Amino acid sequence: MRHYGHEGPITLVGAEPLLPYQRPPLSKAWLKGEADEDELQLRPPSFYAENDIHVRLGVRATRIDREARTVALSDGEVLRYDALIIATGARARRLGLPGAHMARTLELRTVADAEMLKASIAPGKRLAIVGGGYVGLEVAASARALGAEATVIEREPRILARVAGPLLSDFFTGYHHKHGVRFELDAAVEALEGADGEVAAVRLEGGREIPCDLVLIGVGALPNQELAQEAGLECDNGIVVDEQARTSDPAIFAVGDVTRRPLPLYGRSFRLESVPNALEQAKQAAAAITGHKPPPHEVPWFWSDQYDLKLQIAGLPFDVDDLIVRGDPSSARFAVFHMKGDAIQAVEAINSPAEFMGGKLLIGAQRPVSREKLADPSISMKEVAT
Amino acid sequence: MTKITYIEFDGTEHPVEVRNGLTVMEGAIKNNVPGIDADCGGACACATCHVYVDEAWREKTGTASAMEESMLDFAQNVQPNSRLSCQIKVTDALNGLIVRMPEEQH
Repeated sequence: MRHYGHEGPITLVGAEPLLPYQRPPLSKAWLKGEADEDELQLRPPSFYAENDIHVRLGVRATRIDREARTVALSDGEVLRYDALIIATGARARRLGLPGAHMARTLELRTVADAEMLKASIAPGKRLAIVGGGYVGLEVAASARALGAEATVIEREPRILARVAGPLLSDFFTGYHHKHGVRFELDAAVEALEGADGEVAAVRLEGGREIPCDLVLIGVGALPNQELAQEAGLECDNGIVVDEQARTSDPAIFAVGDVTRRPLPLYGRSFRLESVPNALEQAKQAAAAITGHKPPPHEVPWFWSDQYDLKLQIAGLPFDVDDLIVRGDPSSARFAVFHMKGDAIQAVEAINSPAEFMGGKLLIGAQRPVSREKLADPSISMKEVAT
Repeated sequence: MTKITYIEFDGTEHPVEVRNGLTVMEGAIKNNVPGIDADCGGACACATCHVYVDEAWREKTGTASAMEESMLDFAQNVQPNSRLSCQIKVTDALNGLIVRMPEEQH
């Protein structure tokens, strides 16, 4: 907003007691002790003062009155607004498992969650991870680096089932296996078992038990859309917004994990959970509120770091006809292109930044490519992309 | 502390002190220097912390890794002195460093 020249007052309300921080390192560098709290901060404290942003931390927005254009806060204050941006994010999905109230049963969304996890992971400790998604796998990799044991329990027959193709799932399973992670696939969790209020095992359907010292539940996220819902804004697994991040009320915008947004490249709407998505929508909202022209569309992208692997994904695998694999999966350096005819819909790149960057460029341009060149790693991505 | 001067595309200079051990990208963020987006927070995953290293400092800032090189290959307006600032660690040897920012990071 300030960048676009907005001079009026800005108030930032946050339920957590901390200034805005980066969440991605919580399962990676921060968990392994490679980054401190100072490095997590999105902006230094001076940023808010210098930009005249009034920050209200540890306070929750409880109710929006659209007619009066006010937001009520949990401490009783009522804020007036000309424009309102909802950026409440998502929360960890809970399974409602019997026993989930026991100590050392954790989830990972916030610094507070991450601190508990960090305090519990130590050499020799047995960590059971329910859910083979990115959070679970990143924590498994970090736990192994810290000398703990890790078992990933996944309901589907393969890990990353919701977010990646089978080739990638197989590759990651193999790589984690090599690093000592155990897997229970196709395994439904029935309950958490323990004694004296402390978790001691995960019981699978069929009765088998996985003994553990702590449990991490990482089974996806739900949008924190209640505030919007109660105000009568259109919601559908996420607050529904347009290409300018505007909700069904023209004075209210929503950005980030909490939204269901249009994806012009794919002709549909979707709820994305990623930092780049939040940043893109933040620019859309700020441009719309300050009367600037909308920023150009960006290709959705994601990244994950596990062991010495850098996974970068661009695009979304909608309407895919077939796959083109570039490079050799056994070399831990390859890319999987999801194709719709001669057009790339998505690329999953392992330790292959050129494939990621080139793929992202081509997806954005919606330009057909030569399938033969794409499949041939001896031809540079630069050449494929031009 | 190491002195680094960040120069915006429009010529605005930001001389700041950066703690050793941080990256040149983090030095910009921590000092509220505009012009470096760093969308991925320093994971060498996005190429939005692109800077041009002043000629006099190219040797001292070292060379880009293969990973960084590949990312830069597809960034906008790349020059021979282009680097990703999240990949340059600040040390005493960089005292006085000058980097310039491109017009856009996207």
